[in-house]
Amino acid sequence: MNTLSNTKIPNTVSILNGRLQDPANRIDQIVDIHVADGTVAAIGKPPADFTPDLVIDATNLITIPGIIDVGVCLREPGQEYKADIASETNAAATAGITTLCCLPNTCPVIDTPSVVELIKQRAETAAKARVLPIGALTRNLDGEHLSEMAALRDAGCIAVSNGNSPIRNTLVERRALEYAATFNLTCLLQPLDHALRDHGCVHEGKISAKLGLPGILEAAETVALAKSLVLAEQIGTKVHFHTLSTAQATAMLGGSQYTNAQISAGVAIHNLHLTEEHIGEFNSNCHVIPPLRTEVDRAGLRTAVADGRIAIICSDHQPHDPDAKTNPFPNTAPGISGLETLLSLTLDLVHTKVLDLNTAIERITWGPARSLNLPYGRLNVGAVADVCIFDPNAIWQVNTNKFRSRGHNSPFHNWRLPGQVQWTLLAGRVVFKRS
Amino acid sequence: MNNTHNLQLDHNGRLRHFLTIEGLSQQLLTEILNTAAGFTGVTERSVKKVPLCRGKVVVNLFFETSTRTRTTFELAAKRLSADVLNFNAGISATTKGETLLDTLRNLEAMHCDMFVVRHEASGAAHFFAQHAAPNVSILNAGDGRHSHPTQAMLDMFTIRQHKGDFTNLKVAIVGDIQHSRVARSQILALNTLGVPEIRLVGPRTLIPAAAESLGVKIYYDLCAGIQDVDVIIMLRLQKERMATGLLPSEHEYFRLFGLTQERLRYAHPNAIVMHPGPINRGVEMSSEVADGSSSVILQQVSYGIAVRMAIIAMALGNNEAIS
Amino acid sequence: MNNINIWQDSQSINTVVANMAIELRAVLNAKHIENPIIVGIHTGGIWVAQSLYKLLQLQTTLGILDIAFYRDDFTKIGLHPVVRPSQLPEDIDERHIILVDDILHTGRTIRAALNALFDYGRPSSVLLAVLAARNGRELPIAPDIVGWHANIPSQQYLKLTGPHPLQLIIT
Repeated sequence: MNTLSNTKIPNTVSILNGRLQDPANRIDQIVDIHVADGTVAAIGKPPADFTPDLVIDATNLITIPGIIDVGVCLREPGQEYKADIASETNAAATAGITTLCCLPNTCPVIDTPSVVELIKQRAETAAKARVLPIGALTRNLDGEHLSEMAALRDAGCIAVSNGNSPIRNTLVERRALEYAATFNLTCLLQPLDHALRDHGCVHEGKISAKLGLPGILEAAETVALAKSLVLAEQIGTKVHFHTLSTAQATAMLGGSQYTNAQISAGVAIHNLHLTEEHIGEFNSNCHVIPPLRTEVDRAGLRTAVADGRIAIICSDHQPHDPDAKTNPFPNTAPGISGLETLLSLTLDLVHTKVLDLNTAIERITWGPARSLNLPYGRLNVGAVADVCIFDPNAIWQVNTNKFRSRGHNSPFHNWRLPGQVQWTLLAGRVVFKRS
Repeated sequence: MNNTHNLQLDHNGRLRHFLTIEGLSQQLLTEILNTAAGFTGVTERSVKKVPLCRGKVVVNLFFETSTRTRTTFELAAKRLSADVLNFNAGISATTKGETLLDTLRNLEAMHCDMFVVRHEASGAAHFFAQHAAPNVSILNAGDGRHSHPTQAMLDMFTIRQHKGDFTNLKVAIVGDIQHSRVARSQILALNTLGVPEIRLVGPRTLIPAAAESLGVKIYYDLCAGIQDVDVIIMLRLQKERMATGLLPSEHEYFRLFGLTQERLRYAHPNAIVMHPGPINRGVEMSSEVADGSSSVILQQVSYGIAVRMAIIAMALGNNEAIS
Repeated sequence: MNNINIWQDSQSINTVVANMAIELRAVLNAKHIENPIIVGIHTGGIWVAQSLYKLLQLQTTLGILDIAFYRDDFTKIGLHPVVRPSQLPEDIDERHIILVDDILHTGRTIRAALNALFDYGRPSSVLLAVLAARNGRELPIAPDIVGWHANIPSQQYLKLTGPHPLQLIIT
């Protein structure tokens, strides 16, 4: 990260009187943190001869490891009319997110080292958040031909995935998982059976019946999940299931029968808050894949997040241009611009006693780090000093028009949410400070 | 959040757009039926039109081709003395890459007063209503599988003409409920008008998931489903249902769900048989039933003009009242 | 709200309608009109027409005309919320029509009624009978048979309520 040290930045920082929440190290206490040369130099007393260039008073604030958001769309290269790396990393910094693992569904697809290089360069130039590309599982995401996974890994991809277009052919999926296992690459899979999805755009249930919108059967998720679980178990591939949407799917996780495979699962924050009812009269901002489902599903997902079967809460960030959402519901592009509401919506689950604070923070920091073997998401001495400092008592009203993200597509407009980021440090450097 | 109730009604609670039956009161539906009754006489006179909507421009904006429905709207608008433009959007606009919103804006710029919209996507009519200029009314002529409220209202009109009252009726809707915007609108209208028992009859593949949440009873057997009913509404079966593997064959469908004279005996002796047309004879019903004394299918078509006149006049009058 | 004053009660209305019938009979005789069709305009006009119809003992059934579709205020106030079907007894081509309304005020209702009537056919003649003709005409329309002539302040309205009892009120 050469560019990070090019600018004049404080080399040493002391964060004083803050409440440190570091789930990885089981720390929850008011303690000072001292940062030097991009890493945590000390917790508690400063090292001998330590003079901070910058002192942050974190009284009444909570300090957590920088948030890791797995499976975001940054739209660059190829769809810069929706968003780009500069805009989205800036949005991430304001939201306390320091690491973005981006999906390969760019244009061109992340299936060659040159695209990986481009993304890394753009991110380093913007210097607001770390971007870790997820490579394509199949070439051009065609679901038929394996990508050059070894080259992608060598270029810096932290995992491989077919993004939002799951592989339809089970034999190809088998080969892809086997080939990825060769290089110990984690496969990020979106469990959704293409045939069962059958052009559906909402949960198949009350709302699809009422509005006549094509529905997505619950089994479109569970059938695909079951298939991939069994394949991963037999092959021994590390698999992360990106965003689950059904209670049934969570029931299939955590079973001890999958001992050979390393399985983890995630959920999009909006599936922990919204149900199909929020679609109301064709609110296209509630058009997401996997779809918003029922109260029962939401409750099941919340329980699974609480008990650890779901290790990751992500924003499932998909920024869109206004045109993409300006159409009749089924013709709109699915997705929510989620970076800037991820932390607050997660904290809201603490307020409503769905999660305790430690678990909530774990699912957006250490949870993603350990699931994807990333050297971030914790704040012990020697760790990379990615830090998010937020005011847990601040209540703010979401205004999508003020999003830093270029995507203003969010169903949370006007929601009042707890938690406001005050400082974000990326490897010891201040990338956001609330004025 | 966008609210249909507000979207369809003006600040006095009068009809401004007509998008769905959902959220409309029994009183308003009855007003539509009463107004339609006023228009039925018009079509029997020597001069078959009234000057009510003189100078108004109604655009038939059809993204799905349908000569039949378009014609009834055209005739209804013309009998109100409105000028009618037929805009076959499926061919002219979208194929040239114009967005839906562009199409709407372009036609609005021609100072049109009402758009009668048909589109293959559920929610299209709401979309147009949300984006329409304040002095423009949107009338839903069918959006995807969601809603076809004028068809439902003409069916209600037909039922009222024959049965008088809704509050003691048993009504069965038979066939492809899953893909039917007509059925969805009928269910809402029947429920709003106080019909105590609505039944859906068809094979599992054609009944939507969670259909019970619509306030209906489900039957998989035709004879049980039409037992003692006062009204039987047969739905059209699209040929593509066989191609997409929802049904094995037309032959088996008719054998199980086709309405024949023998099966009709299970219904109430004075039961009427309805169909939104066009009928597949020998698939949904036998010719004997279609042309029989219980059939009111052709009356539905005649009433369709009066009902559409009523809805066009009510919505057109009110959008102007706001501006 | 304005005060409601009963201007004429049902007894005096009955007397006046009886006189109107006598006058109407004389006009019909003078014009050599036989077997006319009497048509009342919704709603008050129908009540008056029913009385005249009985008194004149006509052969043809009473006609009912709703002018909602012919009003000139559609673009201002929209469609009238209560629309009733018009019922004309038979073919009105080459027939003599007695058009009956309760109050003649601006003349716009009669204009609409004449337009509506002519969409049913081409009558030989139309006579206009009104229970009360008040000031405030905006169109060149004059009644043939009048119960009362009334001159009331322009901001007040004369209205027939009924059908039991019929009362002319000023609001």
